[in-house]
Amino acid sequence: MSFKGRQQQAQAIWEQFTQPGRLRVLIGSATCGRAAGALEVKQAFHEALAEANLTETTDVVEVGCLGMCFAEVLVELRGSDGTRVLYQGVEPRHVKDLVQAQLINDEVYAPLALAMMGESGTEIPAFDKLAMIAPQVRVVLRNCGIIDPTDIDHYLARGGYSGMARAFELGPDQVIEEMKGSGLRGRGGAGFPTGVKWGFARSSVADQKYVICNADEGDPGAFMDRSVLEGDPHAVLEGLLIAGYAIGATIGYVYCRAEYPLAIERLQGAIEQMHQEGFLGSNILGSGFDFEIKIKKGAGAFVCGEETSLMQSIEGKRGMPLSKPPFPAVSGLFGKPTNINNVETLAAVSAILEKGADWYSGYGTEKSRGTKTFALAGKITRTGLIEVPMGIALSTIIDDIGGGVLDGKPFKAVQTGGPSGGCIPAQFFDLPVDYEHLAEVGSIMGSGGMIVIDQESCMVDMARYFLTFTENESCGKCVPCRMGTQHLLRILTAITQGKGTIDQIETLRKIGDTMKKASLCGLGQTAANPVLTTLRYFEDEYRAHIEENRCPAGACRALITFSIDAATCTGCGACKRACPVDAISGEKKQPHSIDESLCIQCGSCRQVCKFDSVHVQ
Amino acid sequence: MPSEQHSLEAILSQYAQNRDSLIPLLQDIQEQFQYLAPEAIAAVAAHLNLSENDVYGVATFYAQFRFVPPGLHHIRVCEGTACHVRGSDRILESISRSTGIAPGQTSEDGKFSLERVACFGSCALAPVVVVDDKVYGRMTAPKTQKLIEEKK
Repeated sequence: MSFKGRQQQAQAIWEQFTQPGRLRVLIGSATCGRAAGALEVKQAFHEALAEANLTETTDVVEVGCLGMCFAEVLVELRGSDGTRVLYQGVEPRHVKDLVQAQLINDEVYAPLALAMMGESGTEIPAFDKLAMIAPQVRVVLRNCGIIDPTDIDHYLARGGYSGMARAFELGPDQVIEEMKGSGLRGRGGAGFPTGVKWGFARSSVADQKYVICNADEGDPGAFMDRSVLEGDPHAVLEGLLIAGYAIGATIGYVYCRAEYPLAIERLQGAIEQMHQEGFLGSNILGSGFDFEIKIKKGAGAFVCGEETSLMQSIEGKRGMPLSKPPFPAVSGLFGKPTNINNVETLAAVSAILEKGADWYSGYGTEKSRGTKTFALAGKITRTGLIEVPMGIALSTIIDDIGGGVLDGKPFKAVQTGGPSGGCIPAQFFDLPVDYEHLAEVGSIMGSGGMIVIDQESCMVDMARYFLTFTENESCGKCVPCRMGTQHLLRILTAITQGKGTIDQIETLRKIGDTMKKASLCGLGQTAANPVLTTLRYFEDEYRAHIEENRCPAGACRALITFSIDAATCTGCGACKRACPVDAISGEKKQPHSIDESLCIQCGSCRQVCKFDSVHVQ
Repeated sequence: MPSEQHSLEAILSQYAQNRDSLIPLLQDIQEQFQYLAPEAIAAVAAHLNLSENDVYGVATFYAQFRFVPPGLHHIRVCEGTACHVRGSDRILESISRSTGIAPGQTSEDGKFSLERVACFGSCALAPVVVVDDKVYGRMTAPKTQKLIEEKK
């Protein structure tokens, strides 16, 4: 069958899937959905449908992530009249009512309805008009939560692999020109122009070349790559194949974290399907291009996100970086020219080849083209996975898409770029989010983690947290990183314990500066960023710890005491039961009190108090 | 044990005797036996024609590999950024207190083992605890205590 014929066949299958007539249940079942109970909900649907005699006429499908993590478990139901409604917070106990209302009576089940898919003629808003969705542009996430990720027909029907077909028509040099024209820059963090990178690898002459997909998403607080791999694996694999074709590589590796078992399962399934379709193997679609894809599971080392370390790891060695040059485009995996791109970059590649460079470069700003995904988490109302045009205001992301800081508290800072990034304070709330502006304020784009911080988080503690991470993950090969992270962590720990001295502020800056200039790889060169940016914007907090023995956020445990406000305490006893060290005493219905000599400042009492009577000082 | 010996050999025989087989091989063995015993390391070294020192060097570099058997219930506490700002250190401490073990240890009765993990990527459910591959989201110290009591 020709590729065109195959596409038409897939479209027929997709139409059947999307046309009204059959009842349909879509369950968001990526890792986060599953953690919230998606598989239990699925089981409940199977049972409820069997009971209602609807098993034969209903499709129950696991889909990827729509990105509205705060509303998990998400279920989209299509009734016999074709109405599609998205429901949030679904639990097994709701399922019977949902089936009765939407699938049998063709009525919306109001208590859980979040949005109408397609046009809305009712009080329930249309999905596209939701505050969280409206500002978004979904390129990388184009299929996530919409298609069945285990069904290649769905991907094909929505334009999948036409980027590959077009690449074969254009030829490798034109493909690279197309990438240059799109303005796409590496989404792994550094932001190097993808087309230029491919050009380097293409011009290297060798008997064997490799392409690698970096799916070792190690930034704590980032889950964009996982969602794409779980929700739309073919988009990434197609991008990898196109990269291989462009540079002249015949073998591709996907290096994926072992902590993402579902992503690995989806990749394995997708690679098998590619083989069946003839999209892998020799002479793909008669193009004369041969290509194979192998999966390598990472073994838990953050430094392996660095390209030379990653390649060492594939070769079966300790994942320690090498000095550059030689660059991977000249001598990479097994000493051969190698091109390495991250998951999000490759998922954008397949879309760019399908729709054209001009289409993609129409989004974003002059130097930062296209769209970027972010994992929005921390103290935010609507946590989720989002994709926005570059240059969007930070405030739009946090207030409109994210619904503002959790519980309406004041915004303090947002941390971008994970352990290599920095904290952006409230004064830059309207900052356009692109590579240049983030760098200007001392942070980085990074892979796209965005953690919102409110007044309860201490900035010295945040810096200490990230240094605990990088100190642990430093591979130890070069001195500036190995010793630098240790000393930074030692000083930060002392400050959070009230044992810091004022001259240490300057020492922190000096060490950080040295690490930036002298470290061998990106890990060490950026590890001081969390310290340097918090010092730049929150030096007063450092000083309060050192000079006044006080943690303004009330977070550093050595510097705080808990007490109960006798005026508002009702004597309910909740705190007394929650206290793990029996430090709270008091008669029933009488104000309770905390014995400071026993208290370990764990905060359990504060968490359970319904009357806000536990205070921190 | 003869049956284990047999399956160790069976695993080894599936891998080409190349250096790049090393990490997948160790992962496979750990999946089968829950940890890397000294005998397993020796067998891998012999199969790939590497020194045991070399194999240990690689295995200890990566956080995934364990060298002692885990407990009956393996508890992993996420320490990602989202979990941290939502109080994961207190969750970890609470679990340590209820089980009597520190991260990296297995309890004397073999019931529990505790591990810190950098990030599960389930940040929307922070703070997250994973017990025997089941994810528990939006945890609090009192909730974790209850969970441990149930497993005891």
